[in-house]
Amino acid sequence: MLFTSYEFLFFVLATCVLYYVIPKKWQWMLLLAASYVFYFLAGASYLPYIFVTTVSTYLIARKITSLQAVVDAYIKEHKKELSREERKEYKAKEKKKQWRLLLLCLFINIGILAVLKYTNFAIANVNSMLTTFGSTAKLDFVDFVLPMGISFYTFQSMGYLIDVYRGKYEAEKNPFRFALFVSFFPQLVQGPISRFDDLAKTLYEEHKFNSATVASGLQRILWGYFKKMVIADRMLVAVNTLIKGPEEYQGAFVFAGMLFYALELYADFTGGIDITIGIAETLGIKVTENFHRPYFSKNIKEYWNRWHMTMGSWFTDYIFYPISVCQPMLKLSKFSRKHFGEIIGKRIPVYLSSFVVWFTTGIWHGASWNFIVWGLGNFVVIMISQELEPLYRMFHKKFPKADKALWFKIFRVGRTILLMSSLRMFDCYRDVPLTFKMFGTMFTTWNWNVLWNGQLLELGLEVKDYIILFLGMMLVFTVSMLQRSGSVRGKIRTLAFPVRVIIWYGLFLVVLLFGAYGVGYDASQFIYNQF
Amino acid sequence: MNEIIEILSDLHPDIDFETAKNLVDNKILDSFDIVSLIAEINDNFDVAISAEEITPENFNSAESIWALVERLMED
Repeated sequence: MLFTSYEFLFFVLATCVLYYVIPKKWQWMLLLAASYVFYFLAGASYLPYIFVTTVSTYLIARKITSLQAVVDAYIKEHKKELSREERKEYKAKEKKKQWRLLLLCLFINIGILAVLKYTNFAIANVNSMLTTFGSTAKLDFVDFVLPMGISFYTFQSMGYLIDVYRGKYEAEKNPFRFALFVSFFPQLVQGPISRFDDLAKTLYEEHKFNSATVASGLQRILWGYFKKMVIADRMLVAVNTLIKGPEEYQGAFVFAGMLFYALELYADFTGGIDITIGIAETLGIKVTENFHRPYFSKNIKEYWNRWHMTMGSWFTDYIFYPISVCQPMLKLSKFSRKHFGEIIGKRIPVYLSSFVVWFTTGIWHGASWNFIVWGLGNFVVIMISQELEPLYRMFHKKFPKADKALWFKIFRVGRTILLMSSLRMFDCYRDVPLTFKMFGTMFTTWNWNVLWNGQLLELGLEVKDYIILFLGMMLVFTVSMLQRSGSVRGKIRTLAFPVRVIIWYGLFLVVLLFGAYGVGYDASQFIYNQF
Repeated sequence: MNEIIEILSDLHPDIDFETAKNLVDNKILDSFDIVSLIAEINDNFDVAISAEEITPENFNSAESIWALVERLMED
């Protein structure tokens, strides 16, 4: 059931109506039932996987909490008898038991994800190596289903488990409530990857019907559909033509395709998240924001703090920090400082952990070398930018007013967009060598006249489509600018009633009239669904 | 406390860490800074700061970082 289908709209409407009609204490149960119906309709074969993740995480988290309770009670009871060392030793011994349980659960769940998502990738690599060494033997590919949203719900559940292990909060007692946290249908498809302490309270509490909240949620949904159907799905037509004809579309076409894809991905993913957050808002539930105007970032590091923020913070909290501050890493850092000097020694924890994070980020996005190279490309750019930091400082010292100059702001934003768009080319082309080749054609094939000689009109889009895209992007840009001083919906609420009606019904009509439907268009799956 | 301020000032010479608050919330310290800071603290005070201790509350000011170090030294 696509977010852009009528079935989905009917499903959401029916869920919302029932949600506010039934007794409030049953609301979360309705959401659980709706989430499982949604998932069942997406594919009955997916259900066992989410069920295993839910049950294993629930049981192991409960066990960890109960073990910790025993430790706390014992320490409290024997506080006076035990020395500080004895207390420490006892705690460490008991924590090891919890650690083993944590590892078991991570092994089960990351194992499921890895087997389903990466087995064929591994087989393809083995086959390729066999061919390289002259063997004719080939391993057969396996036919696994990849459950919808598995990367998202697995990460969300594992984040919860690690937090319980770290003692950030106790495990949820009610298995059905926990099942809702894992499967909450609006965010099951493409995130955000919520944290239990952020989502749980608002998910389980009773919500009275509030027309202002529902209206605000519907407005956000409408804005999401605008970005998805008017911009992303329209842009997709040109992007598909460009990337499926690498022999024909080179040079300036690659440049156009690179920017088109960056805009398409932005409109697609942020639009999807707007729909997710909007649906949750109509139900009175607050879901964590996932974007903060990423294309306004002044550098790539800032971009990653503003794009898919819940994924970024997940990787930082559960991979980057544990690796970079673990004892072996600190020892390695000390050793390197002693033998290779301060400069190298200081960088070791950050560089090694970042490498692991970006490799994982890449492979999380998809089982292919394209995504791995994309992830590592981000790593390289961030590290270069980190190394150039003293140079930037010198520049700012020499030109203290540059920071506030408009030209410099535009330069930085433009640089970030170009860098990110170049790296995103790995999403588009079928393999890594082809991506590099196509990137190279931007500098070797001088055909920039195709940008204005009418050839862009042969990519499946007409003049009116380009006008709609241009005006649509201008609207998105204007809204982003206005958001800098607060919620745009909040600002609209202060306007006179007729103006508000014109704005929202106008947007509704725009989606209805200019949404990419019908012949030539395919209301496509969201790009991030496949991750 | 002074040692903490010195380490922080090495990372960001332009910030007055004696008065600066909300270092993490206001993104003055990023994840790279925090890792460098933890390595320095590990060296200078011989305390291990684990990943679960890395919260904005613990790293939002020189004072809160010092409080964390003191707590870990007592543990």
